[in-house]
Amino acid sequence: MPAPAAIECRDLRKTYDGKVEAVRGLSLEIFAGECFGLLGPNGAGKTTTIEILEGLLDPTSGQVTILGRDWQNKPRELRELLGISLQETRLSEKLTVRETIDLFASFYEYPRDGADVLEQLQLGEKADAWVGKLSGGQRQRLAVATALVGNPKILFLDEPTTGLDPQSRRQLWDIIRDFQRAGGTVLLTTHYMDEAERLCDRLAIIDHGQIIAEGTPGELIERLGGHHVVEFEATGDAGSEAMLDRWRALPGVESVRYEDGLLCLNVREPHRTIPALLEAVENQGSQLQHLTTRQASLEDVFVNLTGRHLREG
Amino acid sequence: MGVSEQLPPARVQRPARKRLHNGRWAGFLHILVARMKELRREPEVIFWVFGFPLLLALGLGIAFRNKPADITRVAIVAGPSAQNVAALIQQSPQHSAITAEIVDESRAMQGFRLGRYDIVITANADGGFKYFYDPSRPESVLSKAEVDDAIQVADGRKNPLPTSSVVSSEPGSRYIDFLIPGLIGMNLMNSGLWGIGFAVVEMRQRKLLKRLAATPMRRSDFLLALACSRLVLMVIEVGLLLGFGVLIFHMRVMGSLAAIGLWGAIGAVSFAGLGLLTACRAQKLETASGLINVVMMPMWIFSGVFFSYDRFPAVVLPLIKALPLTALNDALRASILEGTPLYAQSGRLLVLVLWGGISFALGLRWFRWR
Repeated sequence: MPAPAAIECRDLRKTYDGKVEAVRGLSLEIFAGECFGLLGPNGAGKTTTIEILEGLLDPTSGQVTILGRDWQNKPRELRELLGISLQETRLSEKLTVRETIDLFASFYEYPRDGADVLEQLQLGEKADAWVGKLSGGQRQRLAVATALVGNPKILFLDEPTTGLDPQSRRQLWDIIRDFQRAGGTVLLTTHYMDEAERLCDRLAIIDHGQIIAEGTPGELIERLGGHHVVEFEATGDAGSEAMLDRWRALPGVESVRYEDGLLCLNVREPHRTIPALLEAVENQGSQLQHLTTRQASLEDVFVNLTGRHLREG
Repeated sequence: MGVSEQLPPARVQRPARKRLHNGRWAGFLHILVARMKELRREPEVIFWVFGFPLLLALGLGIAFRNKPADITRVAIVAGPSAQNVAALIQQSPQHSAITAEIVDESRAMQGFRLGRYDIVITANADGGFKYFYDPSRPESVLSKAEVDDAIQVADGRKNPLPTSSVVSSEPGSRYIDFLIPGLIGMNLMNSGLWGIGFAVVEMRQRKLLKRLAATPMRRSDFLLALACSRLVLMVIEVGLLLGFGVLIFHMRVMGSLAAIGLWGAIGAVSFAGLGLLTACRAQKLETASGLINVVMMPMWIFSGVFFSYDRFPAVVLPLIKALPLTALNDALRASILEGTPLYAQSGRLLVLVLWGGISFALGLRWFRWR
């Protein structure tokens, strides 16, 4: 029997001012206990989607069901079950960390102990400091703390680590994993593929308000056709149409991409492809200028699907 | 506040985990307390809400104070009869209100020019006197009449008609008595509109409203708590200004403190509603402060804070009386200065309740949480 869906939405659409289509027919099913990621460039519709699911925006059309309830009939009951961290909230600067967490705790019927949450998020030492005096990473952790203090079943995080230093990011990842380990469900948006790869059980890649791919990070990379990427540059007309066909015909090559003078081959077995590649370059009478091999990443998946990089937006 | 329940004592090393439970009003109380803490930590707020009105009252009260029984300052030009004049003034019934000095003529004239003397008296050779005064200086004109009267009576003039006067400089009819209730009203308007309006727009700009709307917080509780924070501040604001008037200017408060407090509360909540409506959509502080000024400007001018609105043409008086600040100022003046009971002011009550109620309802309906 499949696990019940914690979050489900069908054919979600959102049109702003009757013209800008931010979300165009998006359906998702997220299971209890899962960490699900919405990955996509800025402006892809991630925030609009997550805010519709959070009940902060009304969709133009489509249905949302969360833990078997919907926003029209059980809004307050749902709010008790969700913990939300928005993309950008500046909490009151003249309240202390402890006052802020106690304030948020007071909105929930059965909250967690504020001091416990602060301790868990390593903010215990800062409990009496004004929010205005916190660093970026501490503020972000406090934002997550305000989401956790309600003892939620589902945690919504919109770009939780944007703008954080690597150490703060890793700290937040640990917090998210802890929450998941304790049985919680997580939905997060991000435009960092390393974050999505490490943190998410499953993810959906969103572009122009639609899901263009969905699955576990492994599955998505698998769908590329190869786990490895061979990148090289060569003298001569290595990037011409005729040559591209030639590279594609090399053993083990699944797909070929040419950008900015660099050839990228998605390959299944690099140990078979590389000797053949070297030989082919030699036969052409051209010279290899640069050769690297690496594991395929979600970035490659995205580029393969859209022809653009994530950061380009 | 959080009501904590202890689970049955468990025999474990770790302290038993408490299961927390919040009651119906926990959120409301926390918002109210947080709001008060924030205000207390904002030095500007303290100044504008408390310091500024007091300074204004002090400055205006001193500038427009009724001078205690004006003293007439007389210069008598030194000469053979100068002592005679001084003696006459000393014997007159008004002697306590007149100070006379005998100085030589040039000093007398210079002192008169500089405003040190109100009038200069020279004894004539024929036993009469010559008054030197300036008809364009009111105090000089008054002095002439007073000194002349004093000398004539002292010299034995009998008044044909017996008259008597009763002196009245009672607290209650002075400018400061008019001013203090007006300042209380204006202050309630200022802090209602700025305190609520500005705070709401700032929170909206910070996306804090959106974040709060994402919690199970009751939205009406939030707005209610904001309005109630005004009530707490109101008690301090009204108390300070009134206490100031009583202590410094010996104002006499005729109405009961309960009635005055009630008017203060009605005014504070009414203007909190107006502030909420003013700020219910604005997304930028600039927009909000423009709107707040537009709302307040007519009331500053027409509602009789600093001078009576009776000076405006009779045609516009009904409109002026329909403004909330006019109703509040009139009610405060009637309660403080005359002790007029609440039931005799139902019109003013209606004006305030309608303004407050309608703007609260519309503000809630149109409120933008994001």
